[in-house]
Parts: sequence; C-alpha cells; structure tokens
Amino acid sequence: MKILVSVKRVPDPYAKISPNATGTDINRDGLQMAVNPFDEIALEEAIRLKEAGKATEVVAVSIGGAESQEQLRTALAMGADRAILVQTDETLDAPSVAKILAAVYRREQPHLMLMGKQAIDMDENQVGQMLAAILDLPQATFASKITIENGSATVERETDNGIETIRMPLPAIITADLRLNEPRYVALTGIVRARSKPLETITPADLGVQTRTRVRLTQVEAPPARKAGKRVSDVHELVRLLREEARVI
Amino acid sequence: MKVLIVAETDGGRVSEKTLPAIAFAQQKSPETFTILAIGDNLQGVEMLTGYGAQAVLTVNHPALAKPLAERYAPVVAHYAQQLGADAIVATTTTFSRDLLARVAGLLDAPMLSDITALESANGKLVAKRPIYSANLIGTFEVEGSHVVMTVRGPAWGKPEPKGASPVQNAEAPADIPTRSEWLSLQGGGGGRPDLTQARVVVSGGRPLKDPETFEKYIGGLADALGGAVGATRAAVDSGIAPNELQVGQTGKTVAPELYIAVAVSGSVQHLAGMKDSKVIVAINTDPEAPIFQVADYGLVADLYQVVPELTELLKNSGS
Ligand SMILES: Cc1cc2nc3c(=O)[nH]c(=O)nc-3n(C[C@@H](O)[C@H](O)[C@H](O)COP(=O)(O)OP(=O)(O)OC[C@H]3O[C@@H](n4cnc5c(N)ncnc54)[C@H](O)[C@@H]3O)c2cc1C
Ligand SMILES: Cc1cc2nc3c(=O)[nH]c(=O)nc-3n(C[C@H](O)[C@H](O)[C@H](O)COP(=O)(O)OP(=O)(O)OC[C@H]3O[C@@H](n4cnc5c(N)ncnc54)[C@H](O)[C@@H]3O)c2cc1C
Repeated sequence: MKILVSVKRVPDPYAKISPNATGTDINRDGLQMAVNPFDEIALEEAIRLKEAGKATEVVAVSIGGAESQEQLRTALAMGADRAILVQTDETLDAPSVAKILAAVYRREQPHLMLMGKQAIDMDENQVGQMLAAILDLPQATFASKITIENGSATVERETDNGIETIRMPLPAIITADLRLNEPRYVALTGIVRARSKPLETITPADLGVQTRTRVRLTQVEAPPARKAGKRVSDVHELVRLLREEARVI
Repeated sequence: MKVLIVAETDGGRVSEKTLPAIAFAQQKSPETFTILAIGDNLQGVEMLTGYGAQAVLTVNHPALAKPLAERYAPVVAHYAQQLGADAIVATTTTFSRDLLARVAGLLDAPMLSDITALESANGKLVAKRPIYSANLIGTFEVEGSHVVMTVRGPAWGKPEPKGASPVQNAEAPADIPTRSEWLSLQGGGGGRPDLTQARVVVSGGRPLKDPETFEKYIGGLADALGGAVGATRAAVDSGIAPNELQVGQTGKTVAPELYIAVAVSGSVQHLAGMKDSKVIVAINTDPEAPIFQVADYGLVADLYQVVPELTELLKNSGS
C-alpha cells in the first residue's frame, strides 16, 4: 500500500504572530517556519502504518516556494521514502491547492491519502474535503483513530457531538486531528542523513494544472483587545457584581 | 444574493446550531433565502419555519439517515444548482466543515470558513474571519458569483421571529454514493445545554484531578446556573473531561453571556475559543495566571474552597 501525505510550510505554532507595517500580511522577519502540526500527525500515522507492515511506501508532497524543501526534508527525516515539491510562488486558494494535489494523486495513484485537518495559518479546514470531492473518493475528516484492514479504513472522528466511527473502502482521503498520535522527534542528524532520499521538483504546469485564485487575503489586523477587569475578594462580592453590574445572572 | 442554508442535522433531528446561519441570512439576504434539511424521517423541522425563509426543503431518504458528507454533499450541490443559489451557508461546526468544503469541491466554488462579517464592495464580496488561531483577523475578497461559507456562530447570534415558511418535501437525487458507512457515536448528551449555544459556560482545567471531581465541581456549578460545561485541552488529554467539551483553537468556539474559567491558566489556544464571551470570570490560585488579563472579574482563590461556596450561594438565591 502506498500512502501520499501533504505537508504545508507554516509559521511555527509557538511563534508570535503580528501584522506587518502595511497590514497586508503577517510580519515574516525572522519568523520560524515549521511543518503544519496536523500534517506532522498525518505523516506520523503513515510512517507507523509502514512500520506495522501495512504500507510499503510513504510519499510526501508540498506546494509552495523553493523554501518548502525544508519541510519536505523534515518529512524525509521522519521516515517518508521520497518527496515531491510542486514549486510555485503564486498565492493559491484552497480549491487551487486541492486541484494540484488531485493531479499529484492521479500521477502517484496511492491507496490512501493522509493530511492535516487544517493548516494552522489560514485555519480554513477545506483542502481535504475538496480533494475528496474532486477525486470522487470517500472522506473521513478529524480522525483520532485509523484502522486499516482488508482494503478498508475504520476511522474514529472527533465531532462536536462526540466520537463518531465510520468505515469506507480504500482509496480514501483521511484528515488528521490532534489526538491521532504524537509525532516522533527528529534529530538534526536525521535531517542531514535524509539528504540522500529523493526530492523531486515539478511545477503545476508539468502536472497540466491551471489554477485561478478567487479568494484573496487583502488585510491583516489584530483583533480588538480585551482589557483586564477587577479583582473580587470573595464569592459574595462576585455574585453581587454579576447581578447588579454585569447583569448576567 | 440568493442564499441556501444547510441545516445542521444528525440525520434524525434538526439542530438549533442552524440558527446563527439563519440570523446571517436575515441580515444579508432577508428576502431570498431557503433552508435545506437532510436526513431520514427528520424531526424538529418546525424549529426552522418561523424565520421568514422562502421555503424549508426537507430531503428524507434511508441512505441519508446518518450525517455522512459523502452522501449529503451531492444533495446540497443538486439543490444549490436547482435553486440557482449564489451562496451556500451553514453555521461553523464539525458537521458543516466536513460537508460544505466537499460541496465546494463538487461545484468548484470558492469557500470562506468561519466568517464574522460580510459586505459587498465594487461587486465583490468582502469577508472577515479569524486566522492564525484567532490571533489575527483577515479580510478576504472573493471573485466570482458563487461562494460557499461557514459562519462563526457567536458573531451572528440568534435570528428574529418572522413570517412562517412552507415546508416542502423534496426528492433525494438518484445517485447518492454509499461507500462510507456510519457505525457509531459515543459521547454527547448529558442533559445539559449545548456548549456552543448555552448562555452560561463553566469550564475547568487540568487541576480538577479526575472525572468525578470535574463533574462534582464544574458540573455542579454549571447546573446551579443552568449552564453548559467546557474544558481545556489539558483536562481532556488527562482524561478528566470528554473530548467534545474542549474549548479553544482545536476545540469549540463559544461566546456565552457568562464564561466562568475555573483553574484554567489562559493559554492563547484556550483564549482563541472563548475570548469573545460577554463577561468572563476567572477563579485561579495564581494571581499571575494569564486568564486574569482577559477576565472581567477575577477571584484569586482555591477552587475546592470557593466553587462549593459559589454553587451553594447561587442555589440558595435561586439563580
Ligand atoms: C503570504 C501568504 C499569502 C496568502 N494569501 C492568500 C490569499 O490571498 N488567499 C487565500 O485564499 N489564501 C492565501 N494564503 C493561504 C493559502 O495559500 C492557503 O494555504 C490555502 O488557501 C489553503 O488553505 P489552508 O492552508 O488553510 O488549508 P486547509 O484546508 O486548512 O489545509 C488542510 C490541509 O491541506 C494541505 N495543504 C494546504 N496547503 C498546502 C500546501 N501549500 N502544500 C501542501 N499541502 C497543503 C495540508 O495537508 C493541510 O493540513 C496565503 C498564504 C501566505 C503564506
Ligand atoms: C496546536 C495546539 C492546540 C491547542 N489547542 C487547545 C485548545 O483548543 N484548547 C485548550 O484549552 N488548550 C489547547 N492547547 C493547549 C494549551 O496550550 C494549554 O496547554 C492548555 O490550555 C492548558 O490547560 P489548563 O489551563 O487546564 O492547564 P494549566 O496550564 O496546567 O493550568 C492550570 C491552572 O489552574 C490553576 N490552579 C491550580 N490549582 C488550582 C486550584 N486548586 N484552584 C484554582 N486554580 C488552580 C493554576 O494556577 C493554573 O493557572 C493547544 C496546544 C497546542 C500546541
């Protein structure tokens, strides 16, 4: 079984994010970048399936500028067998990303595609579902447990109403939630060693994909700040203020 | 703008989580919106009929008895095309995130997730939505005439009662794919109000030790206020509270009238899910805890002492 995993380059989840001087993007000076945490989880799951003898090959794919090679090298160091960079400097919206991933999928013909449920920069949570629609494949979003058996996947999903379990034949698109697993730590030496693994660079044109971005980010601003309120000395004062001042009880 | 609202259902019953999407339509397209509810032998449809929609369409079919995106998406796409909808809209939830992005994929439509504001300028739609785990607000311009949107519940509130809408039974399209099967759902319920809908939310953090202690202190206080229970991710990860109670970046977004945070440190990820609450109360032993920076009322105290006192006081004074 071959597994394709998408990997997005995003700001480090613990980095401090602020708008740039013109308010058109975030301030990227010296910003630490990382693999999208949800994609790291998807990748970890793929590698564990390979270690368990259920998968034979794990291929990582990223779409972005040349600098996304760094994240693909991390993916290779974690245990992916090879990587593909679809290089473009264009700003892509989610349908465009899904179209490019669909073309990579058709070229690679995997038995399973794993990816993060959302990218932590734009937080859109769209690409996996769009990709499943374009490829006419079953989907399982927000996966917290995946069992692969006899050509089908049984997936526990984290929904607002509790843990839902669904089953579908493969191939399918599965998107990872936070509790699926804890990704392994990769040492720097691992990244150096992974340099010998293949990393192929292609372009959307090589894949025959034409994209048109229809959703554009035009402005970035900080939300209105909340100010700290008052300290109360005991529960009697608290209840009195909630009743008489805030009027919420 | 012609709006098609996709009602949230679990396949058997319509959910009140649909209401903010209706409030959105009343504000942005008061004359021309239709509501679509999908399931099998659907109950609770009358919840949708008092808000001035042109019609409430119900699609009932045995293959639609459980909310599987693979099965529901072609139904939504079919009726969106038949009605000539310019916008397909639902309240942001895991149901709508799963379903509507698949619909956008089927229709090759652009999509905006979790929007908090929408205007039109020079013939383009301009929307605002939180990005970077709600640390920032982004403004997005959409090209083209069709768009799929999920709307952030707390930003749109409740709809106004308006004229009655006719309920029309509509056929399911013939070719519903049935590859995905629904097996089970665990959790949920418990008789308390829904976390995302409640007027009062009481949340607890990691120091609550175990499920019994959490239920006794946090559940007890919530019940005294007729409120819902929430939790931090640390509480969920330590097995103290069930996953669906998690509030924050990777959990639910809530904005109740009153949010009481008990033994919650106030991490950015937790704040992302509750900082739009009208009034925030924090109870924490650490006077430096970041939660106090957003709290309207802060009580520096041990929860094991003050939560029972507070619960008793509220019960006795009939709140
Ligand atoms: C400088 C800058 C400007 C931007 N401007 C815009 C803009 O104007 N309009 C706009 O719509 N978006 C803009 N984006 C974000 C855009 O490129 C998003 O990545 C895209 O819209 C998909 O949204 P998402 O990443 O939130 O997807 P989600 O749907 O949240 O992502 C789900 C999953 O899809 C996969 N995925 C997503 N993107 C990639 C990728 N590039 N490579 C590999 N896998 C991927 C990942 O596995 C991810 O976990 C901008 C980004 C940057 C850095
Ligand atoms: C990618 C990512 C996503 C995340 N998403 C979320 C999310 O959605 N939601 C979320 O909540 N977290 C999320 N987190 C985790 C978050 O960073 C914090 O770790 C978590 O919110 C801390 O939970 P806590 O406040 O319960 O625990 P702690 O940080 O341990 O805080 C406990 C607090 O209780 C106080 N306390 C201790 N004893 C008492 C007592 N007896 N009485 C009163 N007060 C007491 C302490 O002073 C302390 O302030 C995420 C993290 C990451 C990396």
